[in-house]
Amino acid sequence: MGRLKTITRRSFLIGSVAIAGGVAFGAYVVATPHANPLLEAAGDGEAAITPYVLINASGITLITPRADKGQGAYSVQAALIAEELDVELDQINIDPGPPSPAYWNTALADEAAAFIVPSGGVAERTAHGVLSAVMKTIGMQITGGSTTVPDGFIKLRQAGAAARETLKMAAARETGIAMAELRTEAGRVILPDGSSLSYMELAPAAARITPPQDIALRGPSEWRLIGKPMRRIDIVAKSTGTQSYGIDHAVDGMVHAAIVLNPAQGGPMNGFDASEALAMRGVKDVLQITGGVAVIADNTWRAFQAGQAVRFDWGPAPFPATMDQHWDTLSGSFTGEFEDSRQRDDGDVDISFAEAPGLVSAEYRAPYLAHAPLEPLSAIVRIDTDAAEVWTGTQVPRFVQTNVGKIAGIDPDQVTVHALYMGGSFGHRLEDEVVKQAAEIAVKLKGTPVKLTYSREQDMTHDFPRQIAMARMRGVVRNGQVESYELGIAMPSVVMSQMGRQGMSVPGADSQIVAGAWDQPFAIPHHRVTGYRALQLAPISSWRSVGASTNGFFYNAGLDELIYEAGADPLAERIRLCNDDNARKVLEAVGEMSGWDGALGDGRGRGRGVALTQSFGVHCAEVVEVTSTEAGIRIDKVWVAAEVGTVIDPVNFDNLVKGGVIFGLGHAMNCEITYTDGIADQSNFDAFEGMRMHQCPAIEVRGLENGARVLGIGEPPVPPAAPALAGAIFAATGIRLREMPFSKFVDFA
Amino acid sequence: MRLTVNGTSREVDVEPDMPLLWVLRDELGITGVKYGCGIAQCGACTVHVDGIPVRSCQLAVGDLEGAVTTIEGLGTPGSLHAVQAAWIEHQVAQCGYCQSGQIMSAAALLAENSNPSDADIDDAMSGNLCRCGTYPRIREAIKAAALTLRSA
Repeated sequence: MGRLKTITRRSFLIGSVAIAGGVAFGAYVVATPHANPLLEAAGDGEAAITPYVLINASGITLITPRADKGQGAYSVQAALIAEELDVELDQINIDPGPPSPAYWNTALADEAAAFIVPSGGVAERTAHGVLSAVMKTIGMQITGGSTTVPDGFIKLRQAGAAARETLKMAAARETGIAMAELRTEAGRVILPDGSSLSYMELAPAAARITPPQDIALRGPSEWRLIGKPMRRIDIVAKSTGTQSYGIDHAVDGMVHAAIVLNPAQGGPMNGFDASEALAMRGVKDVLQITGGVAVIADNTWRAFQAGQAVRFDWGPAPFPATMDQHWDTLSGSFTGEFEDSRQRDDGDVDISFAEAPGLVSAEYRAPYLAHAPLEPLSAIVRIDTDAAEVWTGTQVPRFVQTNVGKIAGIDPDQVTVHALYMGGSFGHRLEDEVVKQAAEIAVKLKGTPVKLTYSREQDMTHDFPRQIAMARMRGVVRNGQVESYELGIAMPSVVMSQMGRQGMSVPGADSQIVAGAWDQPFAIPHHRVTGYRALQLAPISSWRSVGASTNGFFYNAGLDELIYEAGADPLAERIRLCNDDNARKVLEAVGEMSGWDGALGDGRGRGRGVALTQSFGVHCAEVVEVTSTEAGIRIDKVWVAAEVGTVIDPVNFDNLVKGGVIFGLGHAMNCEITYTDGIADQSNFDAFEGMRMHQCPAIEVRGLENGARVLGIGEPPVPPAAPALAGAIFAATGIRLREMPFSKFVDFA
Repeated sequence: MRLTVNGTSREVDVEPDMPLLWVLRDELGITGVKYGCGIAQCGACTVHVDGIPVRSCQLAVGDLEGAVTTIEGLGTPGSLHAVQAAWIEHQVAQCGYCQSGQIMSAAALLAENSNPSDADIDDAMSGNLCRCGTYPRIREAIKAAALTLRSA
C-alpha cells in the first residue's frame, strides 16, 4: 500500500485541483460527480481510470473506500471491482484510498431518509432530497448502516467495467485490432492470436483515453466471483499475528500518550495535581486537554500507570446522575409534546381498543450498551506548521480530516488520513473523539507524532453507548388472532447526539427511533407505531443495527404477548399476518430448518422462540431453542434465514450472520451500561461479558435470494436474536422477559 | 533483564512490575500479542511460557520463569502451525483481533489433548473473548486441527 500513501500525501500538498473531464465513468449515480482524487496525484504512466482503479507499472490497486472493521468490506469491495475488471484477487493490491467526496455513500442517504415512502404524518417534513444533498455536499464517506454492499454493488462493478473497456480501447489503439476481437482475463488483454498485453503495460495509453460510460454489466450467469466462496484477503495475516491494526502501528519518533478524563463523561475538570505522575519512570509530561489530562510517556503501560497517579478535582456529569432519572425521562416522554413520528397508523386503533373486551398491555426496557470492540481505540497524529498526518482505524475519514484541520488551524485538505485495519467497531469508530484528543496533544508537541491509546477502562466508560429505550404496547386479540397492536417507543435521538458532535443537524424526524418497528411486514388490522423523542440524556451513538437493536426486541416481544393471548402459534400467526412475499419465505425457511412444531415447553425444560425483524431492508428471521437446566438457561441452537437479494460471498455471509446472532444474544443475556453519580458502572469485560465459547449455540444459516435489491448483512441478524431468545425462555419457563439484559431475571448456564 | 522470546534471547531495561504484554509490544515490537482488557478477562494477550498458556497482561516480567512463545513463534505465513492452517481453511477471523490469543489457547489445548471433546474445548477456550462472534468457526477449526495433528 506504500505507493498510494505517497501520492495521496502529495495530492494534499498540491491541494484540491479539479481535473476537467475523464471523471464521469459511469461509476457515479449523480449527475455531476466529484473529482477523481486519484487523478490529482497520478504520475506519468499511471492510469487512475476511475476513483476505484489505479494501475501503474508496479501493479493494479483497487480502492476500497468503505472501512474494514472485520466485516470483510475490503474483500467484498475488491471482488465487486475485480468481477468486471477481469483480475484475480491474488493479483491486486487494495488500498482504502484518500478521504474524498468521490467516495460518498449514496445508500446511507437512502437509509437515513427511511421515511420517504409514506406520505402524511408528522414525519413528512423529512425530505429525502435534503438529506441526500447534504450527504453529497459533504462527501459523506461513511462506513455504516450495512451499506457497503448496496452502495457498491452497481457502482464498483461499473468502475471495474469502465476500467476494463478503457484498457481494451488502449490495446486496440496500440495493436490496430478491433475492440470486438479483444477479450480480457486475469489482468491482461488477450489478442486474437492468443498473445496478450498486461494491464500494467497498457496503463500509460489508457490514461489518455476518456473511459466509456454506461457499459452493460454482466449477468449472474457470467459471474466468476460473486456468489462463490471467497478467501478473504486478510485471512492469512489474521491467522498468524501478522495483521497490523491501528493499535500496532508505529511512526518514527512517536511518543505514547494515555488520557484520563472526568469519569462523569463530559463533565469538567476543575483542577489536577500531576506531581507524582511526573516523577514516574518514562513520563515526559502531563498536559491538560478538554475534560482531563494526557500523560506523555515512552511506553503505553507507563502512560497508563502514570495516569492513575494524577489527582483530580472533577465536576459533575452534564446529564442526570442516576438511572432512575434516565428511566423517568423516558417514562415521561410518551406524550404529544415529544411525538417524533407516526408513520404506521393502519385501521383505527382507538376504536378497536374502545370496543374490545380486554386490553393487553406491557412495558419494555433496553439499556445503554458499550460497543467494546476488542481493540481499544487508538490514533497517531502528527501536526506540523502547515500539514498534519493521521494514522487510525475510522469509519469517518472525512470527519477526521475536518476535525484535525480545525484543531491544527489548517485547511482540512492538508490533513492526510491513513486508514488502518480495525479490531472491530460495531459503530464505535463512527466517532472520532480519540483522534481529536490525539490532535489536541499533538498541537502542543508540534512535529512529534503522538500515539494515543485508550485503556479498556477509558474505552468503555467514555464510549458513546447504544441508546437507552423504553416501549409501551397495547393490543387486542379476537377469535384467536391478533387484531390490534399499538407500540410507542421512547428514546433520545441517536442521530441528534451523534451528528451534533460533528456540528451537524439532521432535519425532520429521526427514523431510527422507530427503525425495526414502524415498517415491519405485518398486516395487523389496527396497527400504530409512534416514536417519541426523549430529551438527550447520556451522549449516545450508533450501535450495530442502531434503532432496530432495541426496537426489534420491543416489536417482537409485544407481538408475542398478543399471539400468546390469542392462543395462536408464534410462527404460524406471524406467517398469517405477513404481507410481504419475501418476508414470508424467510419465516417459512426458519420454520422448515428448525422443524418447527410449536413453541411451548415439552415438559423437559425445552422451549423455542421466533422473531422476524426487517432492518436495513433485510428481512431476517431467527428461531432460538433453549433448555432450562439446573445451572440456568442453556441456548442449544439457533436457525437463521435472511433475504439479501444476492449472497456475494457465502463464507463471509455465514460468518457475519453467526456473529450478528451471537452479538445480539450475548448482549441481551448479560450486558448493560448503567450510571451512578453520572459515572458508568461497567468499565471492563468482567462486568460486560457478552457471550463466551461455552454458551455459544450451534447456528444454522440460510441466505435467501428472492429479492430484487442486493443488501448488506452486517447488522440485520442482531435485532431478532433477543426477542427470539425471550420467546424461547418464556416457552421453557413461563417467565416473560420485558427488559434487557435478561440476566437480571434468569440465570444463564 | 534477559528473556527468551520465540527462541531468541532478548535484553530489556524495564521495571520488574511491567506486564510481559507491554514488554513484548512496546519494548520488543512484537505486536501479534494483543492488549484487550488488561485484567485477564479477554485472553487476547495469551502467550505460551514453556508451552503453558499464560495471560501476558497479568504476568509481571520480573516474575517470568521460562521461554516465551508468541503467535509469531508458533508459525509464520510461510510455515504454518496446524492450528493456524485450520484457522485459514475455516476462515475463522472477522476483525481478527482476538485470534492470536484464541490460536495460542487452542494450540496449548491440542498439545495436551489431541482429541478434545466439545466440553474440553469449552473449558480451554471460554477465557478467550471474541466480540465478532467467531466461536462456531473456532470450534470447527480446533477439531480440524486436532485431526491433522493426530494423523501427522
